[in-house]
Amino acid sequence: MNEREELMMKIQKYDFTLKELNLYLDTHPNCRRALAMFNKYKKLKSDAEKEFADAYGPLTPIQNNSANHWHWVSDPWPWERS
Amino acid sequence: MWIYDKKLQYPVNIKNPNPKLAKVIISQLGGPDGELAASLRYLNQRYTMPSDKVKGLLTDIGTEELAHVEMISAIVYQLTRNLSIEQIKESGFDTYFVDHTAGLYPISASGVPFTASYFGVKGDAITDLTEDMAAEQKARTTYDNILRLADDPDVRDPIKFLREREIVHFQRFGEALRIIQDNLSPRNFYACNPSFDKKCGIRK
Repeated sequence: MNEREELMMKIQKYDFTLKELNLYLDTHPNCRRALAMFNKYKKLKSDAEKEFADAYGPLTPIQNNSANHWHWVSDPWPWERS
Repeated sequence: MWIYDKKLQYPVNIKNPNPKLAKVIISQLGGPDGELAASLRYLNQRYTMPSDKVKGLLTDIGTEELAHVEMISAIVYQLTRNLSIEQIKESGFDTYFVDHTAGLYPISASGVPFTASYFGVKGDAITDLTEDMAAEQKARTTYDNILRLADDPDVRDPIKFLREREIVHFQRFGEALRIIQDNLSPRNFYACNPSFDKKCGIRK
């Protein structure tokens, strides 16, 4: 696994943790333990996504930071085998 | 509204094409208990739910199902790349190929195109959530059947992830049903339709 794939895997793990907590919180909205975990992973995900977008290109169109090129369409799409 | 994230929910990296297996797995895209039906079921049911928690849950699970549509599509896509005409003929993929080449089209394993009749929207919170729980179990059984048919660990790994999600969603829908019932008379949950009848419920 190269560095790009490792960082992507890290983001996918944070995303999964947040999704799982999100569904749990939908039916347990007052669970403080789940809320604390959600806030912790939200920060980790946001930092990792910023690192990814700066190094390898945007994960959402809004993260396209370049004044010269629309990177959104130049990076590999997720269904292509890495 | 929705925003697309340029990543899969769980990685799909399949080294060896297998069009025969793709023809089976495509059922979880466009088949009766597939991910497309799941997403549309939940996203359509949510509007008339009498609970904000359950509206949220249906929105969030319906959205996750779209990510599962993409994972199944990625599996089928990677299983059908760079095929020779010989491979297409020998594998039985020719009956799909003639109509769609290697494009992704939502059909069941037996070739029936996707139809909205695969899911229900009854407009009754208890009925709809009971359907949702059954739907998660039906999808789980389909994934169990796919795991009986698939040997390739590159395919089994993401399929096992998807199977596990059915179990988690079943649990959450069970909690949602309880949230609805906790607001109804314990003497008769079915005295009125909580999604339609005004003043149906003990707390409002």
